[in-house]
Amino acid sequence: MKNSNASKLSFWKIVAAVIMICGLYSSYIRFTKGLGASTHLSDSIPWGLWIGFDFLGVGLAAAGFTIAVMVHVFNIHKFEPIVRPAILTAYIGYTLVVLLLIIDLGRPQNFWHPLVMWNLHSVMFEITWCVICYSAILTLEFAPVVLEKYNLTAPIKILRKISIPVVILGVIFSTLHQSSFGSLYLIVPGRLYPLWYSTLLPVNFYISCIAAGLSMIIFESYLNARAFNLGLRLDILSGLAKIVLYVLIIGFLVRITDMIITGKTPFLFLPRTETYMFYAEVIVGTFIPVYLLSQAKYRKSRMWLYVISIFTLSGFVLNRINVAVTGLVASSKTSYFPSFDEISITMMLVVLGMWAFKLVSTKFPVFVELENLKEEKLPEDSREMILSE
Amino acid sequence: MVKQKGILYDSTMCVGCGECYSACKKQNKLPETNSDFLKDHLSANTYTVVEQHGDLYARKMCMHCAEPTCASVCPVKAFEKTKEGAVIYDAEKCIGCRYCMQACPHQIPRYEWSQVSPRVRKCVLCQNRISKGLPTACSEACPTGATICGDLDDLKIEAKKRLSEGSDKYYQHIYGLDEAGGGSVLILASVPFEKLGYTPNLPKQPMPQLTNRVMEKIPTVATVGGLFLGSMYWLTKRKNEIAREEKEAKFKRNEVK
Repeated sequence: MKNSNASKLSFWKIVAAVIMICGLYSSYIRFTKGLGASTHLSDSIPWGLWIGFDFLGVGLAAAGFTIAVMVHVFNIHKFEPIVRPAILTAYIGYTLVVLLLIIDLGRPQNFWHPLVMWNLHSVMFEITWCVICYSAILTLEFAPVVLEKYNLTAPIKILRKISIPVVILGVIFSTLHQSSFGSLYLIVPGRLYPLWYSTLLPVNFYISCIAAGLSMIIFESYLNARAFNLGLRLDILSGLAKIVLYVLIIGFLVRITDMIITGKTPFLFLPRTETYMFYAEVIVGTFIPVYLLSQAKYRKSRMWLYVISIFTLSGFVLNRINVAVTGLVASSKTSYFPSFDEISITMMLVVLGMWAFKLVSTKFPVFVELENLKEEKLPEDSREMILSE
Repeated sequence: MVKQKGILYDSTMCVGCGECYSACKKQNKLPETNSDFLKDHLSANTYTVVEQHGDLYARKMCMHCAEPTCASVCPVKAFEKTKEGAVIYDAEKCIGCRYCMQACPHQIPRYEWSQVSPRVRKCVLCQNRISKGLPTACSEACPTGATICGDLDDLKIEAKKRLSEGSDKYYQHIYGLDEAGGGSVLILASVPFEKLGYTPNLPKQPMPQLTNRVMEKIPTVATVGGLFLGSMYWLTKRKNEIAREEKEAKFKRNEVK
């Protein structure tokens, strides 16, 4: 038993090490030989896997603001135990996205230019600023966790005093840039396939990131509970799942109404790759999870919640990839598949992110309340609102 | 005030000699990219091409939009529309996000993919020539008068005159006059423009308006959002307090009993 556990561990360690070596080698190629040598990007496909990954990273980190707003602004203290994991996820997600953006920039030495050279008309400019400001906010939100470990109470007191305005600012910055990732594509009406192009792109991106961010927390909580043998607060996760259900329904209704009003329904029946990809996205990411989540028995099973979160997350990934790649391929008249270096650098960042999450959550009090619950049995549907004061 | 310059390219007069292509290469000191210029395509080393479509020819180059999409999407203002009408680029500012390439309605900007510190490359309407009152290199080299350079207002009048005088010779449309809000390059042809590989059905409004509509809402979203969240915080906190007080009161009442 112990033996197999150990060999399993070292197997994944070897995989991680191989990915890290490949990723570092690819980074070396990218910075010494340029983007042409390291990527399959071209004049017709100037954005590829890396931009897609940035979309995913930022979207999946959305729980950082949704959970914070529920607990600190709407005072739903039931979700208190997952605030820290959510903020840590967001923090790591944003760090990876910024790292990858710098790798992706053609002239990374100029990455600081948006700070001094302003173009208020550019969505990219707005995103840059929001991401920088939100990263600063995440630092403030996560700081107490680090300070607690070293018993530095004075700065914690200050942070606690300003916590509400900080959280509210974080929500506003998140709202603006999460939706702006959709706004990036408002300017390419002729290029992005009609099934995805819409003047409501920013709204669609915003709604879908909320569902994805919350699903990410369900997904992570399950894996963490398994890895660290922690108690899993089913009442919290079921509560999250219910929100995911509502958000998915709202998101779908907004999209379908918009399609009917703008007369895009005929595109649903064309035998094309785009149509199939659209159905894949909607069935995996909306229909299946909505069907399962609408039934209490699935919503109250750990295993099913985990499975549903995988569906929701896959649907989200498909949506972002469809917007960033599938929807643009036809109009660019070329095909695109990421290169070895693009893939290995992306995988290196995923490994780094998982490692960072594990490291920080074991060294610092991230899963505080859950740890106290270790091996303690909780009533399965304790729906009582926990009042923290 | 400086009058805006422009280019009028009349493809019905073009014989496909490639003088414009060579002159552009020479002017911008670009290396040879293809032994047959008709088979070449736009790249970091080719700012204009002559394409053959049957027995017709079509030039492709930057359209120098009046409200350039590239300039509007660039986070660091690396693009600028000069007073002479050229859309120029400053590599010193550029961070290399390539949003300009993604957003250009005419799909013109090209990238130096093979360089470690790549620049965006495209026609700059010979800015350093037109600012001195000289014609662009391509129009100076054109032996048939298919490409001419001049004041944009005069070129518009000339293009309209040609359409009305040669109503059987021309397809009745000036490409570049309204496309994506119009620009400093006007094109005439004998056939519908998509047959010559020009992007069809571009909106008449300048593309930057599509994003500006959303960008304008940002201050409102931020203020309303802030106020909403602030009041929700206060309301829900108060609600919880009342709930707790009631609970405690109930508890006390029970104790008294």
